[in-house]
Amino acid sequence: MAIRYGTEEWVKAACEATNKSQAYKEAAKNWEGDMYFIVEPEGTLKEKIIMYFDLYHGECRAASVVKDEAEKTPAYRFWAPLGIWRQILEKKLDPVQAMMTGKLNLKGDMAQIMRMPKAAVELVNCMLTFETEFPE
Amino acid sequence: MWYFVAPEVVYGRDAITRLSQLQGKLAFIVTDTNMVKLGFVDKVKEQLSQAGIESTVFDAVEPDPSVETVEKGMAEINKCKPDWIVAVGGGSVMDAAKGMSAGYERPDVRVEEINPFTPLGPRTKAKLVCIPTTSGTGAEATWGMVLTITAERRKGSFGCRDCTPDIAIVDPEFALAMPPGLTAQTGMDVLTHAVEGFTSTWKNDFSDGLLLRAIQIVFQYLPRAYKNGQDWEAREKMHNAACIAGIGFINSMCALAHACAHSLGGVFHVPHGRAVGLFLPYTIEFIGDAREELWAEIAYAIKRDVPVGKKAAPILAQTIRELARNVGEPLSIKELGIPQDDFDNSLAKLVDNAMMDFQLVTTARAPNAEETEKFFRYVYDGKSIDF
Repeated sequence: MAIRYGTEEWVKAACEATNKSQAYKEAAKNWEGDMYFIVEPEGTLKEKIIMYFDLYHGECRAASVVKDEAEKTPAYRFWAPLGIWRQILEKKLDPVQAMMTGKLNLKGDMAQIMRMPKAAVELVNCMLTFETEFPE
Repeated sequence: MWYFVAPEVVYGRDAITRLSQLQGKLAFIVTDTNMVKLGFVDKVKEQLSQAGIESTVFDAVEPDPSVETVEKGMAEINKCKPDWIVAVGGGSVMDAAKGMSAGYERPDVRVEEINPFTPLGPRTKAKLVCIPTTSGTGAEATWGMVLTITAERRKGSFGCRDCTPDIAIVDPEFALAMPPGLTAQTGMDVLTHAVEGFTSTWKNDFSDGLLLRAIQIVFQYLPRAYKNGQDWEAREKMHNAACIAGIGFINSMCALAHACAHSLGGVFHVPHGRAVGLFLPYTIEFIGDAREELWAEIAYAIKRDVPVGKKAAPILAQTIRELARNVGEPLSIKELGIPQDDFDNSLAKLVDNAMMDFQLVTTARAPNAEETEKFFRYVYDGKSIDF
Protein backbone atom coordinates (compact mmCIF):
# COMPACT_ATOMS: atom_id res chain seq x y z
CA MET A 1 0.00 0.00 0.00
CA ALA A 2 1.28 3.42 -0.95
CA ILE A 3 2.49 5.71 1.84
CA ARG A 4 1.70 9.40 1.59
CA TYR A 5 4.80 11.50 0.93
CA GLY A 6 6.00 13.80 3.67
CA THR A 7 4.13 12.09 6.50
CA GLU A 8 5.59 10.66 9.69
CA GLU A 9 4.85 7.20 8.31
CA TRP A 10 6.77 8.01 5.12
CA VAL A 11 9.93 9.24 6.84
CA LYS A 12 9.93 6.18 9.10
CA ALA A 13 9.57 3.92 6.04
CA ALA A 14 12.42 5.77 4.33
CA CYS A 15 14.60 5.41 7.42
CA GLU A 16 13.84 1.72 7.68
CA ALA A 17 14.60 1.19 3.97
CA THR A 18 17.90 3.01 4.39
CA ASN A 19 18.90 0.72 7.23
CA LYS A 20 18.14 -2.32 5.11
CA SER A 21 20.28 -1.19 2.16
CA GLN A 22 23.75 -2.67 1.88
CA ALA A 23 24.47 -0.38 -1.07
CA TYR A 24 23.67 2.70 1.00
CA LYS A 25 25.69 1.38 3.94
CA GLU A 26 28.75 1.06 1.67
CA ALA A 27 28.31 4.34 -0.17
CA ALA A 28 27.69 6.36 2.99
CA LYS A 29 30.00 4.56 5.39
CA ASN A 30 31.93 7.78 6.06
CA TRP A 31 28.94 10.10 5.98
CA GLU A 32 28.37 12.14 9.11
CA GLY A 33 25.60 14.66 9.27
CA ASP A 34 21.91 15.04 9.82
CA MET A 35 19.73 16.81 7.31
CA TYR A 36 16.46 18.45 6.46
CA PHE A 37 14.63 17.63 3.25
CA ILE A 38 12.39 20.63 2.78
CA VAL A 39 9.45 20.36 0.40
CA GLU A 40 8.29 23.76 -0.76
CA PRO A 41 4.56 24.32 -1.38
CA GLU A 42 3.30 23.70 -4.90
CA GLY A 43 -0.10 22.80 -6.36
CA THR A 44 -2.38 21.50 -3.65
CA LEU A 45 0.47 21.46 -1.14
CA LYS A 46 -0.08 24.70 0.72
CA GLU A 47 2.39 24.32 3.56
CA LYS A 48 6.06 23.50 3.67
CA ILE A 49 6.97 19.94 4.68
CA ILE A 50 10.18 19.51 6.66
CA MET A 51 11.57 16.00 6.97
CA TYR A 52 14.48 15.36 9.31
CA PHE A 53 16.92 12.49 8.83
CA ASP A 54 19.87 11.74 11.06
CA LEU A 55 22.25 9.78 8.82
CA TYR A 56 25.50 8.59 10.28
CA HIS A 57 28.05 6.12 8.88
CA GLY A 58 25.59 4.42 6.57
CA GLU A 59 22.74 4.24 9.04
CA CYS A 60 19.59 6.21 9.64
CA ARG A 61 19.60 6.87 13.38
CA ALA A 62 16.40 8.91 13.51
CA ALA A 63 13.79 10.39 11.21
CA SER A 64 10.76 12.56 11.79
CA VAL A 65 8.58 15.27 10.35
CA VAL A 66 9.39 18.63 11.88
CA LYS A 67 6.92 21.50 12.18
CA ASP A 68 9.38 24.37 12.42
CA GLU A 69 12.77 24.65 10.67
CA ALA A 70 14.19 26.18 13.85
CA GLU A 71 13.41 23.00 15.78
CA LYS A 72 16.75 21.43 14.87
CA THR A 73 20.06 22.62 13.45
CA PRO A 74 21.00 19.94 10.94
CA ALA A 75 24.34 19.96 9.14
CA TYR A 76 22.64 19.89 5.72
CA ARG A 77 19.51 21.36 4.23
CA PHE A 78 18.10 20.32 0.86
CA TRP A 79 15.12 22.18 -0.48
CA ALA A 80 13.01 22.15 -3.64
CA PRO A 81 9.38 22.43 -4.70
CA LEU A 82 7.25 19.31 -4.43
CA GLY A 83 7.40 18.68 -8.20
CA ILE A 84 11.19 18.40 -8.17
CA TRP A 85 11.20 15.96 -5.23
CA ARG A 86 8.58 13.94 -7.06
CA GLN A 87 10.63 13.81 -10.26
CA ILE A 88 13.66 12.66 -8.28
CA LEU A 89 11.72 9.96 -6.47
CA GLU A 90 10.15 8.83 -9.72
CA LYS A 91 13.67 8.54 -11.21
CA LYS A 92 12.81 11.13 -13.85
CA LEU A 93 15.46 13.48 -12.52
CA ASP A 94 18.95 12.50 -11.42
CA PRO A 95 19.48 13.94 -7.91
CA VAL A 96 23.04 15.01 -8.67
CA GLN A 97 21.99 16.72 -11.90
CA ALA A 98 19.14 18.35 -9.98
CA MET A 99 21.70 19.83 -7.60
CA MET A 100 23.97 20.90 -10.47
CA THR A 101 21.18 22.74 -12.26
CA GLY A 102 19.98 24.46 -9.11
CA LYS A 103 16.62 22.68 -9.10
CA LEU A 104 17.45 21.00 -5.83
CA ASN A 105 19.14 23.46 -3.51
CA LEU A 106 21.45 22.53 -0.71
CA LYS A 107 23.42 24.03 2.11
CA GLY A 108 26.13 22.33 4.15
CA ASP A 109 29.72 21.10 3.91
CA MET A 110 30.18 20.78 0.16
CA ALA A 111 33.52 19.01 0.48
CA GLN A 112 31.81 16.09 2.22
CA ILE A 113 28.97 16.00 -0.30
CA MET A 114 31.48 15.96 -3.16
CA ARG A 115 33.22 12.97 -1.63
CA MET A 116 30.06 10.93 -1.36
CA PRO A 117 27.82 11.59 -4.36
CA LYS A 118 27.00 7.90 -4.61
CA ALA A 119 25.46 8.09 -1.14
CA ALA A 120 22.90 10.58 -2.48
CA VAL A 121 21.99 8.27 -5.31
CA GLU A 122 21.71 5.26 -3.00
CA LEU A 123 19.60 7.24 -0.54
CA VAL A 124 17.13 7.95 -3.32
CA ASN A 125 17.21 4.28 -4.27
CA CYS A 126 16.22 3.40 -0.68
CA MET A 127 13.23 5.70 -0.93
CA LEU A 128 12.12 3.87 -4.05
CA THR A 129 11.85 0.54 -2.29
CA PHE A 130 8.33 1.32 -1.12
CA GLU A 131 5.38 2.87 -2.91
CA THR A 132 4.80 6.57 -2.43
CA GLU A 133 1.59 8.52 -2.90
CA PHE A 134 2.22 12.19 -3.71
CA PRO A 135 -0.11 15.09 -2.96
CA GLU A 136 -1.65 16.19 -6.29
CA MET B 1 17.15 20.53 -18.28
CA TRP B 2 20.89 20.30 -18.68
CA TYR B 3 23.77 22.52 -19.74
CA PHE B 4 26.38 22.31 -22.45
CA VAL B 5 29.40 24.48 -21.76
CA ALA B 6 32.54 25.08 -23.79
CA PRO B 7 35.20 27.76 -24.08
CA GLU B 8 36.13 29.73 -27.17
CA VAL B 9 38.38 27.29 -29.04
CA VAL B 10 41.16 28.60 -31.27
CA TYR B 11 42.77 25.70 -33.12
CA GLY B 12 45.27 24.85 -35.84
CA ARG B 13 48.73 26.08 -36.68
CA ASP B 14 49.50 29.56 -35.41
CA ALA B 15 46.53 29.47 -33.03
CA ILE B 16 48.96 30.84 -30.47
CA THR B 17 48.77 34.22 -32.21
CA ARG B 18 45.35 34.63 -30.58
CA LEU B 19 47.34 35.84 -27.55
CA SER B 20 48.56 38.87 -29.49
CA GLN B 21 44.94 39.97 -29.86
CA LEU B 22 44.15 40.02 -26.15
CA GLN B 23 43.54 43.24 -24.32
CA GLY B 24 45.02 43.81 -20.90
CA LYS B 25 48.05 44.78 -18.87
CA LEU B 26 49.43 41.81 -17.04
CA ALA B 27 49.31 38.06 -17.57
CA PHE B 28 50.13 35.51 -14.91
CA ILE B 29 51.59 32.48 -16.67
CA VAL B 30 51.09 29.17 -14.87
CA THR B 31 53.43 26.44 -16.03
CA ASP B 32 56.18 24.02 -15.03
CA THR B 33 59.94 24.13 -15.40
CA ASN B 34 59.91 21.76 -18.37
CA MET B 35 57.72 24.13 -20.39
CA VAL B 36 60.18 26.92 -19.62
CA LYS B 37 63.12 24.76 -20.79
CA LEU B 38 61.30 23.80 -23.99
CA GLY B 39 60.90 27.47 -24.87
CA PHE B 40 57.07 27.37 -24.83
CA VAL B 41 56.82 30.01 -22.14
CA ASP B 42 58.99 32.38 -24.17
CA LYS B 43 56.70 31.89 -27.18
CA VAL B 44 53.72 32.79 -25.04
CA LYS B 45 55.43 35.82 -23.56
CA GLU B 46 56.38 37.00 -27.03
CA GLN B 47 52.77 36.87 -28.23
CA LEU B 48 51.55 38.60 -25.10
CA SER B 49 54.13 41.35 -25.48
CA GLN B 50 52.80 42.00 -28.99
CA ALA B 51 49.51 42.77 -27.30
CA GLY B 52 51.29 45.09 -24.88
CA ILE B 53 50.74 42.67 -22.03
CA GLU B 54 53.51 42.10 -19.51
CA SER B 55 53.85 38.71 -17.94
CA THR B 56 55.00 37.07 -14.77
CA VAL B 57 55.73 33.35 -14.55
CA PHE B 58 54.80 30.78 -11.91
CA ASP B 59 56.58 27.57 -12.93
CA ALA B 60 56.21 25.50 -9.77
CA VAL B 61 53.36 23.20 -10.82
CA GLU B 62 54.26 19.56 -10.21
CA PRO B 63 52.69 16.48 -11.80
CA ASP B 64 49.45 15.59 -9.94
CA PRO B 65 49.41 19.09 -8.44
CA SER B 66 48.47 19.48 -4.82
CA VAL B 67 46.01 21.87 -3.24
CA GLU B 68 49.05 23.46 -1.56
CA THR B 69 50.58 24.32 -4.95
CA VAL B 70 47.35 25.97 -6.00
CA GLU B 71 47.38 28.00 -2.81
CA LYS B 72 50.97 29.09 -3.45
CA GLY B 73 50.00 30.25 -6.94
CA MET B 74 47.00 32.10 -5.54
CA ALA B 75 49.26 33.97 -3.15
CA GLU B 76 51.45 35.08 -6.08
CA ILE B 77 48.43 36.10 -8.14
CA ASN B 78 47.09 38.17 -5.30
CA LYS B 79 50.40 40.03 -5.14
CA CYS B 80 50.55 40.95 -8.85
CA LYS B 81 46.80 41.19 -9.66
CA PRO B 82 46.82 40.15 -13.34
CA ASP B 83 43.96 40.55 -15.77
CA TRP B 84 44.82 37.32 -17.60
CA ILE B 85 45.86 33.93 -16.28
CA VAL B 86 47.53 31.85 -18.98
CA ALA B 87 48.19 28.16 -18.39
CA VAL B 88 50.86 26.55 -20.56
CA GLY B 89 51.33 22.84 -20.03
CA GLY B 90 49.56 19.56 -19.60
CA GLY B 91 46.53 18.66 -17.53
CA SER B 92 48.32 19.22 -14.23
CA VAL B 93 49.26 22.78 -15.12
CA MET B 94 45.83 23.62 -16.51
CA ASP B 95 44.01 22.12 -13.52
CA ALA B 96 46.24 24.04 -11.13
CA ALA B 97 45.59 27.24 -13.11
CA LYS B 98 41.82 26.69 -12.86
CA GLY B 99 42.16 26.38 -9.11
CA MET B 100 44.28 29.53 -8.91
CA SER B 101 41.85 31.41 -11.13
CA ALA B 102 38.92 30.36 -8.95
CA GLY B 103 40.77 31.30 -5.78
CA TYR B 104 41.70 34.70 -7.20
CA GLU B 105 38.11 35.41 -8.16
CA ARG B 106 36.59 34.03 -4.99
CA PRO B 107 39.03 34.25 -2.06
CA ASP B 108 36.12 33.42 0.25
CA VAL B 109 35.90 29.85 -1.13
CA ARG B 110 38.54 27.19 -0.42
CA VAL B 111 39.64 25.22 -3.48
CA GLU B 112 38.49 21.93 -1.91
CA GLU B 113 35.03 23.43 -1.53
CA ILE B 114 34.53 24.25 -5.19
CA ASN B 115 31.77 21.96 -6.30
CA PRO B 116 29.40 21.61 -9.23
CA PHE B 117 26.38 22.54 -7.11
CA THR B 118 27.47 26.03 -6.13
CA PRO B 119 28.22 28.52 -8.90
CA LEU B 120 31.21 30.79 -8.34
CA GLY B 121 29.92 33.45 -10.71
CA PRO B 122 31.63 34.78 -13.84
CA ARG B 123 35.28 35.83 -13.83
CA THR B 124 35.60 39.56 -13.29
CA LYS B 125 39.24 39.92 -12.25
CA ALA B 126 41.16 37.84 -14.77
CA LYS B 127 40.15 35.69 -17.73
CA LEU B 128 41.67 32.23 -18.11
CA VAL B 129 43.46 31.01 -21.24
CA CYS B 130 44.63 27.40 -21.47
CA ILE B 131 47.28 26.25 -23.92
CA PRO B 132 47.71 22.47 -23.82
CA THR B 133 51.13 20.98 -24.56
CA THR B 134 49.84 17.41 -24.44
CA SER B 135 47.01 15.93 -26.46
CA GLY B 136 45.10 14.18 -23.72
CA THR B 137 43.25 15.62 -20.79
CA GLY B 138 41.16 18.14 -22.67
CA ALA B 139 41.56 20.26 -19.54
CA GLU B 140 41.71 23.32 -21.79
CA ALA B 141 37.99 22.82 -22.38
CA THR B 142 36.71 21.45 -19.10
CA TRP B 143 35.68 22.90 -15.77
CA GLY B 144 36.88 19.99 -13.67
CA MET B 145 40.20 19.97 -11.88
CA VAL B 146 41.90 17.01 -10.28
CA LEU B 147 44.08 17.97 -7.35
CA THR B 148 45.98 15.87 -4.87
CA ILE B 149 45.03 15.99 -1.22
CA THR B 150 48.45 15.08 0.07
CA ALA B 151 47.49 14.19 3.63
CA GLU B 152 44.82 11.73 2.47
CA ARG B 153 46.87 10.15 -0.36
CA ARG B 154 44.06 10.69 -2.78
CA LYS B 155 43.09 12.81 -5.72
CA GLY B 156 39.96 14.88 -5.49
CA SER B 157 37.81 16.23 -8.31
CA PHE B 158 36.68 19.82 -7.91
CA GLY B 159 35.13 22.53 -10.02
CA CYS B 160 31.95 24.00 -11.34
CA ARG B 161 30.85 25.31 -14.72
CA ASP B 162 32.32 28.73 -13.91
CA CYS B 163 35.79 27.16 -13.88
CA THR B 164 35.61 26.54 -17.65
CA PRO B 165 38.52 28.38 -19.31
CA ASP B 166 37.52 31.40 -21.34
CA ILE B 167 39.80 30.55 -24.26
CA ALA B 168 41.43 27.26 -25.29
CA ILE B 169 44.34 27.61 -27.69
CA VAL B 170 44.85 24.28 -29.42
CA ASP B 171 48.03 24.81 -31.40
CA PRO B 172 49.66 21.58 -32.60
CA GLU B 173 53.14 23.08 -32.46
CA PHE B 174 52.91 22.86 -28.68
CA ALA B 175 52.30 19.10 -28.87
CA LEU B 176 55.33 18.31 -31.03
CA ALA B 177 57.70 17.95 -28.09
CA MET B 178 55.85 15.01 -26.57
CA PRO B 179 57.97 11.84 -26.50
CA PRO B 180 56.31 8.65 -27.77
CA GLY B 181 55.40 7.36 -24.29
CA LEU B 182 53.61 10.56 -23.37
CA THR B 183 51.90 10.64 -26.77
CA ALA B 184 50.57 7.15 -26.09
CA GLN B 185 49.38 7.80 -22.53
CA THR B 186 47.67 11.03 -23.37
CA GLY B 187 46.12 9.52 -26.47
CA MET B 188 44.60 6.76 -24.36
CA ASP B 189 43.24 9.48 -22.10
CA VAL B 190 41.43 11.03 -25.08
CA LEU B 191 39.99 7.66 -26.00
CA THR B 192 38.82 7.00 -22.44
CA HIS B 193 37.12 10.38 -22.19
CA ALA B 194 35.37 9.77 -25.46
CA VAL B 195 34.24 6.20 -24.79
CA GLU B 196 33.15 6.87 -21.21
CA GLY B 197 31.45 10.15 -22.10
CA PHE B 198 29.55 8.46 -24.93
CA THR B 199 28.30 5.68 -22.66
CA SER B 200 27.81 7.42 -19.29
CA THR B 201 24.39 7.76 -17.72
CA TRP B 202 24.52 11.49 -18.44
CA LYS B 203 25.21 11.08 -22.17
CA ASN B 204 23.38 13.62 -24.27
CA ASP B 205 22.75 14.69 -27.85
CA PHE B 206 25.16 17.60 -27.67
CA SER B 207 28.13 15.51 -26.55
CA ASP B 208 27.53 12.32 -28.51
CA GLY B 209 28.72 13.50 -31.93
CA LEU B 210 31.85 15.08 -30.52
CA LEU B 211 32.76 11.97 -28.59
CA LEU B 212 32.22 9.55 -31.47
CA ARG B 213 34.37 11.74 -33.73
CA ALA B 214 37.12 11.86 -31.11
CA ILE B 215 37.10 8.05 -30.94
CA GLN B 216 37.50 7.83 -34.71
CA ILE B 217 40.39 10.30 -34.70
CA VAL B 218 42.23 8.39 -31.96
CA PHE B 219 42.02 5.07 -33.78
CA GLN B 220 43.15 6.68 -37.01
CA TYR B 221 45.88 9.00 -35.82
CA LEU B 222 47.25 7.91 -32.44
CA PRO B 223 49.47 5.14 -33.89
CA ARG B 224 50.87 7.64 -36.42
CA ALA B 225 51.55 10.33 -33.81
CA TYR B 226 53.18 7.69 -31.61
CA LYS B 227 55.47 6.37 -34.36
CA ASN B 228 56.45 9.76 -35.71
CA GLY B 229 56.14 12.72 -33.43
CA GLN B 230 56.90 15.08 -36.31
CA ASP B 231 53.87 13.89 -38.28
CA TRP B 232 52.11 17.25 -38.23
CA GLU B 233 48.80 15.96 -39.51
CA ALA B 234 48.60 13.26 -36.84
CA ARG B 235 49.70 15.69 -34.14
CA GLU B 236 47.11 18.25 -35.17
CA LYS B 237 44.34 15.66 -35.32
CA MET B 238 45.21 14.24 -31.89
CA HIS B 239 45.45 17.73 -30.41
CA ASN B 240 42.01 18.51 -31.80
CA ALA B 241 40.63 15.18 -30.59
CA ALA B 242 41.78 15.87 -27.04
CA CYS B 243 39.90 19.15 -26.97
CA ILE B 244 36.84 17.72 -28.73
CA ALA B 245 36.68 14.84 -26.26
CA GLY B 246 37.18 17.29 -23.41
CA ILE B 247 34.20 19.37 -24.49
CA GLY B 248 32.18 16.21 -24.97
CA PHE B 249 32.88 14.39 -21.74
CA ILE B 250 32.70 17.37 -19.40
CA ASN B 251 29.08 17.71 -20.42
CA SER B 252 28.29 14.02 -20.05
CA MET B 253 30.88 12.92 -17.47
CA CYS B 254 33.00 9.78 -17.34
CA ALA B 255 32.68 6.44 -15.61
CA LEU B 256 34.34 3.56 -13.80
CA ALA B 257 37.71 3.72 -15.60
CA HIS B 258 38.15 7.26 -14.31
CA ALA B 259 37.04 6.40 -10.78
CA CYS B 260 39.59 3.56 -10.60
CA ALA B 261 42.33 5.55 -12.32
CA HIS B 262 41.95 8.47 -9.91
CA SER B 263 42.25 5.98 -7.10
CA LEU B 264 45.29 4.20 -8.54
CA GLY B 265 46.96 7.50 -9.39
CA GLY B 266 46.42 8.83 -5.89
CA VAL B 267 48.06 5.80 -4.29
CA PHE B 268 50.75 4.79 -6.80
CA HIS B 269 51.29 8.00 -8.82
CA VAL B 270 50.52 6.35 -12.14
CA PRO B 271 50.15 8.99 -14.88
CA HIS B 272 46.48 9.77 -15.43
CA GLY B 273 46.29 8.89 -19.13
CA ARG B 274 48.09 5.61 -18.64
CA ALA B 275 45.82 4.70 -15.76
CA VAL B 276 42.50 5.50 -17.44
CA GLY B 277 43.59 3.76 -20.63
CA LEU B 278 44.53 0.70 -18.63
CA PHE B 279 41.12 0.50 -16.96
CA LEU B 280 39.09 1.28 -20.09
CA PRO B 281 38.77 -2.20 -21.66
CA TYR B 282 37.96 -3.75 -18.28
CA THR B 283 35.32 -1.08 -17.71
CA ILE B 284 33.71 -1.88 -21.05
CA GLU B 285 33.64 -5.57 -20.12
CA PHE B 286 32.19 -4.85 -16.67
CA ILE B 287 29.47 -2.51 -17.91
CA GLY B 288 28.78 -4.96 -20.72
CA ASP B 289 25.11 -5.47 -21.50
CA ALA B 290 24.04 -2.23 -19.82
CA ARG B 291 25.47 -0.37 -22.82
CA GLU B 292 25.58 -3.08 -25.51
CA GLU B 293 23.98 -0.93 -28.23
CA LEU B 294 26.45 1.87 -27.61
CA TRP B 295 29.47 -0.43 -27.73
CA ALA B 296 28.13 -1.60 -31.08
CA GLU B 297 27.76 2.01 -32.25
CA ILE B 298 31.36 2.71 -31.35
CA ALA B 299 32.52 -0.47 -33.09
CA TYR B 300 30.61 0.60 -36.19
CA ALA B 301 32.14 4.08 -36.07
CA ILE B 302 35.65 2.63 -36.12
CA LYS B 303 34.72 0.06 -38.76
CA ARG B 304 35.12 -2.88 -36.42
CA ASP B 305 32.87 -5.77 -37.35
CA VAL B 306 30.59 -7.26 -34.70
CA PRO B 307 29.47 -10.63 -36.10
CA VAL B 308 25.79 -11.51 -35.72
CA GLY B 309 25.21 -13.23 -32.40
CA LYS B 310 28.34 -11.78 -30.81
CA LYS B 311 28.49 -9.10 -28.13
CA ALA B 312 30.12 -5.79 -29.01
CA ALA B 313 31.60 -5.13 -25.54
CA PRO B 314 34.34 -7.80 -25.59
CA ILE B 315 35.16 -7.02 -29.23
CA LEU B 316 35.56 -3.34 -28.45
CA ALA B 317 37.57 -4.10 -25.31
CA GLN B 318 39.91 -6.30 -27.34
CA THR B 319 40.25 -3.64 -30.05
CA ILE B 320 41.27 -1.12 -27.42
CA ARG B 321 43.79 -3.54 -25.93
CA GLU B 322 45.30 -3.98 -29.39
CA LEU B 323 45.58 -0.21 -29.80
CA ALA B 324 47.13 0.12 -26.35
CA ARG B 325 49.65 -2.61 -27.14
CA ASN B 326 50.50 -0.96 -30.48
CA VAL B 327 51.43 2.23 -28.68
CA GLY B 328 53.36 0.49 -25.93
CA GLU B 329 50.86 0.90 -23.11
CA PRO B 330 50.46 -1.66 -20.31
CA LEU B 331 47.45 -3.96 -20.14
CA SER B 332 47.55 -4.74 -16.42
CA ILE B 333 48.48 -3.12 -13.13
CA LYS B 334 51.20 -5.74 -12.76
CA GLU B 335 52.78 -4.45 -15.99
CA LEU B 336 53.07 -1.04 -14.37
CA GLY B 337 55.70 -2.58 -12.13
CA ILE B 338 53.66 -2.41 -8.95
CA PRO B 339 54.68 -5.36 -6.75
CA GLN B 340 51.92 -7.75 -5.66
CA ASP B 341 52.57 -7.03 -1.96
CA ASP B 342 52.27 -3.27 -2.40
CA PHE B 343 49.10 -3.75 -4.39
CA ASP B 344 47.58 -6.09 -1.80
CA ASN B 345 48.48 -3.75 1.03
CA SER B 346 46.85 -0.83 -0.74
CA LEU B 347 43.80 -2.63 -2.08
CA ALA B 348 41.43 -1.46 0.64
CA LYS B 349 42.51 2.13 0.04
CA LEU B 350 42.14 1.70 -3.73
CA VAL B 351 38.59 0.40 -3.31
CA ASP B 352 37.66 3.12 -0.83
CA ASN B 353 38.97 5.90 -3.06
CA ALA B 354 37.19 4.53 -6.12
CA MET B 355 33.91 4.14 -4.23
CA MET B 356 34.07 7.82 -3.25
CA ASP B 357 34.78 9.04 -6.77
CA PHE B 358 32.16 11.18 -8.45
CA GLN B 359 32.53 9.29 -11.73
CA LEU B 360 30.96 6.21 -10.23
CA VAL B 361 27.64 8.03 -10.14
CA THR B 362 27.56 8.26 -13.93
CA THR B 363 28.68 4.69 -14.60
CA ALA B 364 25.96 2.73 -16.38
CA ARG B 365 26.68 -0.29 -14.19
CA ALA B 366 28.33 0.83 -10.98
CA PRO B 367 30.08 -1.83 -8.90
CA ASN B 368 29.61 -2.27 -5.17
CA ALA B 369 32.64 -2.45 -2.87
CA GLU B 370 33.04 -6.21 -3.24
CA GLU B 371 32.86 -5.99 -7.04
CA THR B 372 35.29 -3.07 -7.06
CA GLU B 373 37.85 -5.10 -5.13
CA LYS B 374 37.41 -8.01 -7.51
CA PHE B 375 37.67 -5.59 -10.45
CA PHE B 376 41.00 -4.24 -9.20
CA ARG B 377 42.32 -7.77 -8.71
CA TYR B 378 41.36 -8.72 -12.27
CA VAL B 379 43.02 -5.59 -13.66
CA TYR B 380 46.13 -6.32 -11.63
CA ASP B 381 46.42 -9.72 -13.27
CA GLY B 382 45.28 -8.56 -16.70
CA LYS B 383 42.31 -10.91 -16.64
CA SER B 384 39.21 -10.07 -18.68
CA ILE B 385 36.19 -9.24 -16.54
CA ASP B 386 33.73 -12.12 -16.35
CA PHE B 387 31.38 -11.04 -13.58
